[in-house]
Amino acid sequence: MPLTSADFAAIWLTLQLASITTALLLLLGTPLAWWLARTRSWLKAPIGALVALPLVLPPTVIGFYLLVAMGPQGPVGALTQSLGLGTLPFTFTGLVIGSLFYSLPFVVQPIQNAFEAIGTRPLEVAATLRAGPLDRFFHVALPLARPGLVTASVLGFAHTIGEFGVVLMIGGNIPDQTRVVSVQIFNHVEAMEYAQAHWLAAGMLVFSFAILLTLQRRGRVGARAIS
Amino acid sequence: MLEARFSLSLDSFTLDVELQLPAHGVTALFGPSGSGKTSLLRCMAGLEHPPQGQLTLNGECWQDSQRGVFVAPHQRAIGYVFQESSLFDHLSVEDNLLFGFKRIAAGERRIRLNQAIELLGIEHLLARMPALLSGGERQRVGIARALLTSPSLLLMDEPLSALDAQRKAEVLPYLQRLPGELQIPIIYVSHAIDEVAQLADHMVLLENGQALASGELNTLLPRLDLPLAQGDNAGVVINGLVTHYDADYQLLSLQLPNSQLSIRVAHQPIAPGQQLRLRVQARDVSLSLSQPEHSSILNLLPAQVVELAAADNPAHLLVRLDLQGTPLLARITRYSSEQLGLYPGQPIWAQIKSVALLG
Repeated sequence: MPLTSADFAAIWLTLQLASITTALLLLLGTPLAWWLARTRSWLKAPIGALVALPLVLPPTVIGFYLLVAMGPQGPVGALTQSLGLGTLPFTFTGLVIGSLFYSLPFVVQPIQNAFEAIGTRPLEVAATLRAGPLDRFFHVALPLARPGLVTASVLGFAHTIGEFGVVLMIGGNIPDQTRVVSVQIFNHVEAMEYAQAHWLAAGMLVFSFAILLTLQRRGRVGARAIS
Repeated sequence: MLEARFSLSLDSFTLDVELQLPAHGVTALFGPSGSGKTSLLRCMAGLEHPPQGQLTLNGECWQDSQRGVFVAPHQRAIGYVFQESSLFDHLSVEDNLLFGFKRIAAGERRIRLNQAIELLGIEHLLARMPALLSGGERQRVGIARALLTSPSLLLMDEPLSALDAQRKAEVLPYLQRLPGELQIPIIYVSHAIDEVAQLADHMVLLENGQALASGELNTLLPRLDLPLAQGDNAGVVINGLVTHYDADYQLLSLQLPNSQLSIRVAHQPIAPGQQLRLRVQARDVSLSLSQPEHSSILNLLPAQVVELAAADNPAHLLVRLDLQGTPLLARITRYSSEQLGLYPGQPIWAQIKSVALLG
């Protein structure tokens, strides 16, 4: 077997990170997408731009500010320390937080687009059929936005799998803690283990291609989200 | 009694109405597009929240801006039928029907599932998804779905306007059955006078967000001071009582209300004693000073000129006639009017070239 136990550990850690990040993003991103799709507040534009920032920022910039914020002198670091949790950089939790920011637009934007495509009519219809606001959200808006939710999950998961810059900034290279596949590939290359690097890199390539192919086949690739 | 008063400004449009409508039968909100019909309906449903508004149905207040009362749409006992198909695409026809039905208390379900399904003839569609229905079928399901919330008020926003003529003819009989089968007041938005003539008992005439007139259909349609009398489709609606059927010539006789006069129509046999609605268009009525003889026109009735008014076209005049209490409109040329020397109070013969039986 060409893959070492360290490689498998990195793959396992990556999958855990991507799963947890995607689940949390769906939980947090769906209400945010709903708000962005429905609000007429002036805050819509600035919040929407903030959500989209990770699309254009170098991951090192995101990682840098997260490192500063979560470090011993940062506001988040001060909070976590006062709660007796220590500091978050170079921990798996810190990595999850970094991934949440890193993959945020890939989850929020497809869902927001789906909610916007539904429009107000089905919700008005539901209101005239005695459904209250929460009832309308769960039984009309969410089911109708299903394709957007699927796209968001797949993109969020795939994008987190490919994370590197943020991980390096706030996670470092700790086995079973923060050493994800992309970092492990970097390690192999640094150690001149090109064969090992190939296996992992090709695995990533095939995985990413398969995901995008699936989305294309569904005809619902979040074109705007990937742009 | 439905009492509604709304002031609403939307972009460049202002709705400002105050209405007292009967809490029974069908009330048409009629007017050209942009007159505020749909906005008024949405205000009634609570889908619009006008800062100035009051809405009371049989003593139950749904909005009173002075007391700060605004009942949310989902807490109003309304049924709403939208202009275009508004079925939930992610639910089957049956689940669409049950959507509202499930959300009202069992004790409030005055309309049963089977009753609504039968009334709209949609039994065979229950298992289908909305995407596989025709436009007419979708509207029928939409109407049944609204009825299944057992509303105290049914609001319909041009339910036929998105359908072609054939589909319209398919859905219309179901709409005609509703008032007779259910004791629910219906507010029916339309810009098509023929739909209004077929369905409505009461009518509100809207223009530029204002109510020009509100009253019984039979009294509004013959009024020469309203824009209704203008245009090609002007005419009156008469409630006739079937008195006789001539099987030989296949002619149905209908007696005009409170009079000895009858109108005959070529039609299938209908049992005497039934009330039917007739529509006589102004352009199908011509006038003669003496009783016409040797005429192929079937319906020649003695009448009296009540009022003359200019028509939208300067070559024409509108004449309001009285048939022993039943109003009738005639659209004739100004030339003919001068030749006949028409004046109010003048006895005259009305020749009705065509009568539509609306059922």
